[in-house]
Formats: sequence, structure tokens, C-alpha cells
Amino acid sequence: MTKEEALYEYLIRLGDNALILGQRLGEWCGAAHQLESDIAMTNVALDLVGQARMLLTEAGEVEGKGRSEDDLAFHRNEFEFRNNLLVEMANGDFGQTITRQFFFDCFYFHFLQALKSSKSEFLQAFAMKSIKEVTYHRELSTDFMIRLGDGTEESHEKMQYAVNLLWEYTGELFEKTEADEILIAEGIVPDLTQIKSLWEQDVMAVLEKATLLIPDNKGYMASGSRKGHHSEYLGYILAEMQYLPRMMPDAKW
Amino acid sequence: MPNGNHMKTATGKEEIYALLEEVKDPEIPVLSIRDLGILRDVEIAENGQVTVVITPTYSGCPAMDTIEREVKEKLEAEGLDVLVKSKISPAWTTDWMTEEGRQKLEEYGIAPPAESTADKASILGKPKVVRCPRCKSEETSLISQFGSTACKALYRCDDCLETFDYFKCI
Repeated sequence: MTKEEALYEYLIRLGDNALILGQRLGEWCGAAHQLESDIAMTNVALDLVGQARMLLTEAGEVEGKGRSEDDLAFHRNEFEFRNNLLVEMANGDFGQTITRQFFFDCFYFHFLQALKSSKSEFLQAFAMKSIKEVTYHRELSTDFMIRLGDGTEESHEKMQYAVNLLWEYTGELFEKTEADEILIAEGIVPDLTQIKSLWEQDVMAVLEKATLLIPDNKGYMASGSRKGHHSEYLGYILAEMQYLPRMMPDAKW
Repeated sequence: MPNGNHMKTATGKEEIYALLEEVKDPEIPVLSIRDLGILRDVEIAENGQVTVVITPTYSGCPAMDTIEREVKEKLEAEGLDVLVKSKISPAWTTDWMTEEGRQKLEEYGIAPPAESTADKASILGKPKVVRCPRCKSEETSLISQFGSTACKALYRCDDCLETFDYFKCI
């Protein structure tokens, strides 16, 4: 694997995470329990889709085959996507959406903090820009974790259910591949093992405040997305997201 | 005449900045892109081509395409050859908003960013004072960090009870 191939794989991983999570959050448009939450979910979605556009554009340039952000977003199939399983999980109820967001935001926040010292000019600029947005995302999901976890009996029960459901998809956020090894050695990306310990401290502290427990699943963690093996959800997300550009390939705004 | 040339370019730039003063943020039509700090640079090449550098407030700002188009249209109408470039580094900050921009924002009914991102209060995490743009009361509360556009939060005035937008600091 060359350095360019490693960088392409990494950019696709980051871009797909932002794109798929943005698409998921967009499903809340017009459907949340109150207008403020509806707007918050779609604002976060907008930031993420904006980030995905930058990442996929850069990925296309690094790849050097003339593929645009749209080619990469709309003309790849499930097995070519590299987003983490966590971000494709169903929205479920609002508690599940918030728990998914909280797990991801804590990861993304610490990841971007570390990425600010990347030796890649693009990734450094990207991190400096995105961390400002993700700081607000993390505040929002952290507040809701505590408010709903340490809330009423019913909200607590729903949040504990969401944590139990999603916990097994968090381990994969920190899995490393050959691309990681190559790029870490070059000082281009941070080591995910170090991000993991920051993530754990953060998540444990908030879960404690939220009176929530992590499930005892004997350390089992789901895996697969690094190789393009996804859950059944991704195909449905892509079907909806890619329908128009595939149906009418020359459609323009 | 290198001196004369230099003078001409300087005037040219100022004229272009003056023209771009008429390009407003489509979501906050009282502010020009210069007031907001979206307009980063204007360069004039020897062949007369004008390069305008802009930067997005937020990564997903949906107004960028409109702004780019309006910059082009505005300058092309003057017979100029224009190239608009967007760059993300250095990352946009509310600190770049001009004093005039902040005043116009408040008059328009949106509370301007409360403090510089480099302020001590901001670093120490002390609560900032957000003043109601209508009755000027400082007794206000946050309703949601996310408002009608990516760059705004939603507040309520505890005195006049009106809700209002606050341009949040980033």
C-alpha cells in the first residue's frame, strides 16, 4: 500500500462517517419532539455534510482518477463505504439518536483535537475548521445524555436501553488498519489507541453523571466496516440518498 | 513607472472592495460579506484578472454558492474577469466581524457575538452576557445552541420575554 492509497482510504473513512451520520440526522427534519431539537439535529447534519464534501473532494484528488465529491457520495456501493457501523445505526427514538451522537461526538472531538497537528496541510486546516463545529455538537449530545439519563424513570430506562444497544458498535471506532500504520508513521494522522483512552475517560464521566451503566457483554465488539462489511441498514440509507443522482445522472441544481 | 502602477492597483483594489460592499449575506441581508469577515482577500493579476478569496463561516454553510455567484455577477457587470476561490484556512472566526457589522447586526435584531474568542471569560468558561437586541436587557437565557441558521443560537429575553437570535462565537 502506497502513502497515497493509505491517505485515500483514510479520507474516505472520515468522509463516509460525516456523510452517513449527516444523512441519518437529516431524517429528523420535521420529525423531532420539539422544534428546537429538530433544528439542532439538522444543524449538526448540515455541518457534517459540509465536512463530508471537503473530505470526499480531497479523497477524489488524492485518488487521481478524476472522481468528484458527488461521484464518491452517490456512485459507490455499500462494500466501498468505510463509515463506522455506529453512524449507520437506525435513529430509533430520540434517546438512541442522542446516544449514537454522544459516542461519536466524543470520539470525533478528541480525534480532531489530535488531527490539528497533522503534517498534512489539508487535514490540519480541516481539523481547525471542524473542531469549532464539533465542540457545539458534543455539548449538545452531552447535555441531553445527562438530562435524559438522570431524568424521569421512563427517560432513564430508554437511555439505558440505547446505551445497551449501541455499546457494541463503539469498539470499531478505534480499529487500525495498514493505512493507519503508514499515516501514523508519517505524522499525518493520530494513533487511534491514544484517542480511545481519552474517549473512555470522557464517556465514563458523562455516563456516571447520567446515572447510566455500560452493558456487560463480555467485551464483545462488532466489527467489519474497515473492510466494507456493513449492517443491513447501510443499503437502505444509500438507496434513499443515491436514488436521484443514479436515476438522473446529469441532474443539476 | 513602478510607482504609478502600484498606485493604480491600490485604487483598483479599493474600488473592488467598495463594489463588494453591496454583496450581502443572503441569510442576514444587512451585513456585507466584508462585515462578516467572509471576504478574505482581493488580488489583481498583471493581466487584470481579479481573484476574490472567500471563506465559509461553517463547513456546511448553504449560502456559499449564492455568495460566490453574486461576487462574480457584481464584478463581471463592471467588465472584470473574475475568479472566486474558497479557502478554509485560517478557519473563520466571529472575531473577524467588523465593529460596523456588529452594530448592524444588533439593529437588525440579532445579538452580536458576546465576546472575542480570545477573551478571558471565554477561556475560563464564565457565562457570557448576551444582551437582548430589542429592550437591551442583560437578563437573557439560552433556549438552544442551534438556531435558524448554523451560525446562530436561540435566546429568550427574561425581561421583555421575546425570543431572539444570537450570533454565536466560534
